[in-house]
Amino acid sequence: MTQTSLSGTAGSAAGAVPAVQIAGVTKDFGSVHAVRGIDLTLDQGEIVAFLGPNGAGKTTTIDLVLGLSNPTTGSVQVLGLEPRQAIARGLVSAVMQTGGLLKDLTVRETVQYTASLFADSTPVDEVLARAGIEGLADRKVGKCSGGEQQRLRFAMALLSDPALLLLDEPTTGMDVEGRRAFWSAIRADAEKGRTVLFATHYLEEADQYADRIVLISHGRIVADGTGSQIKALAAGRTVRATLPDADPRRLSELAGVESVDVRGDAIYIHAKDTDEVARHLLTQTTAHDLEITARGLEDAFLSLTGDDHDITPTATEGVSA
Amino acid sequence: MTIRTTDLDQRRVPPIGGFNLTMLGIELKRMLRNRRTIIFTFVMPVLLFLIIGSNDTYSTDREGSGNVSAYILISMAVYGAVLASTSGGAMVATERALGWSRQLRLTPLSPVAYIVAKSIVALGFGALSVVAVNIAGALNGKADMPVHVWIAAALIAWFGSIVFGSFGLFMGYLLPSENVMQILGPVLAGLAAIGGLWFPISSGSTLGHISAATPIYGLAQLARWPLYGGAPHAVWVINLVGWLAVFVAGAAWRMSRDTARV
Repeated sequence: MTQTSLSGTAGSAAGAVPAVQIAGVTKDFGSVHAVRGIDLTLDQGEIVAFLGPNGAGKTTTIDLVLGLSNPTTGSVQVLGLEPRQAIARGLVSAVMQTGGLLKDLTVRETVQYTASLFADSTPVDEVLARAGIEGLADRKVGKCSGGEQQRLRFAMALLSDPALLLLDEPTTGMDVEGRRAFWSAIRADAEKGRTVLFATHYLEEADQYADRIVLISHGRIVADGTGSQIKALAAGRTVRATLPDADPRRLSELAGVESVDVRGDAIYIHAKDTDEVARHLLTQTTAHDLEITARGLEDAFLSLTGDDHDITPTATEGVSA
Repeated sequence: MTIRTTDLDQRRVPPIGGFNLTMLGIELKRMLRNRRTIIFTFVMPVLLFLIIGSNDTYSTDREGSGNVSAYILISMAVYGAVLASTSGGAMVATERALGWSRQLRLTPLSPVAYIVAKSIVALGFGALSVVAVNIAGALNGKADMPVHVWIAAALIAWFGSIVFGSFGLFMGYLLPSENVMQILGPVLAGLAAIGGLWFPISSGSTLGHISAATPIYGLAQLARWPLYGGAPHAVWVINLVGWLAVFVAGAAWRMSRDTARV
């Protein structure tokens, strides 16, 4: 599988040190190759989605950026520093999906404890207020709901005013409104220069809220670009028609056709210009029951992260009807 | 916000690995708030002393340079200190299970500063436990021993209990649950019995030989040694140091295998 590069799109601040620079990084756990060679540069102020199926290597890569583990080969730099040095200066923080909290501390104590570990931090009350949990300050963490705990984690992550914020599946368990509010806060932050890298497997979320999507699969980056660029990568539509005795070779010679799949009497043709294909089918053949379906980000995702780069119409919604 | 995100040059690293009094205070408060810990480390040793140590049929009988009540007082101080240190060590494992250790690794706090803070909390707690038992003894008035014996025995019980901090750590890694002390409480009560804290075990008997090989035995004997004077037996010291080595090695072994997401 080769990497599909779409770079040059991000508005890079000239001369500024990159927020993250990952060069030739691999990470093995015994015989398991979790990361198989990643090169990635994030500019300051970018909101980047790390998109990929479970086990793709997202979390391993985030752990490397946080200095929680060391790469087997290659190097990771955060704002021009080693990851641990960046953490010691409060330049990087992360919001975990679960855990990471002591149930027997109150919300305020948890924030105070964390704040005390940094050389400089935002006042505790200010952080509690901004996260909307000042009313819970004296409640034990163990008595807080999942959503409240997530807001607490977010408050803790902002204490040191990090230049880089890593979020692992940040909106899991939030309702639609909570998710929207969360992202508008994140966007407002990024405008002030904070870089945000979030791991997700919500395609919609990546498409809607990230400036840039990095698609990762089997420990490699398979695509890197804006949401629309990723979609365009697997652009085109699929024509389905009933056509007994179809001649797949002839159909695949039509202009813009990428693949032809024959299943019994049905044919599935994926093409950039499906109008031409439809015209041909209706005028030159006995094809009937035509359906044309567009591909969503979902299909782009599936085709780019799958082991097989061929685009199979079975992944397209609606064609099997 | 008072800090500008982009002013990278102005970012500072905290002194002494992030160690500070705010976190230490919160750690102490946490331990004091834990009802189970309070019952195990303060209430139980004090109650046990008051029940066993002030029984008039034997408590005023002479024993070494003091009396039987003093002997029991030292035993209970050892028991309290051992429980406090074990709780302190086991706490680290609990925090690991909750993902708090991982959370702390996303802050400037250095692992050494963390261990130092935890040790201070465990030692402080051990001291409180030893002091509580000794105050109970002083107020109760039955225990009788020279002042230097009071002090020496209390100090030995306190410092020696450090061995059990590594025991708690080791067990915490072996039994990764949120409430390790639920298991370790009864285990320690059993070890205290076989180690000779609840009742004297005659050293020549088969039980005595078994007792001498168990972890609490060495500390119990050493803490009572000021009551009798003379030279301490090599077996006591070997017992204490040997078990310390076992526990530290065990904790280090478990920690080194713990390379995954901590």
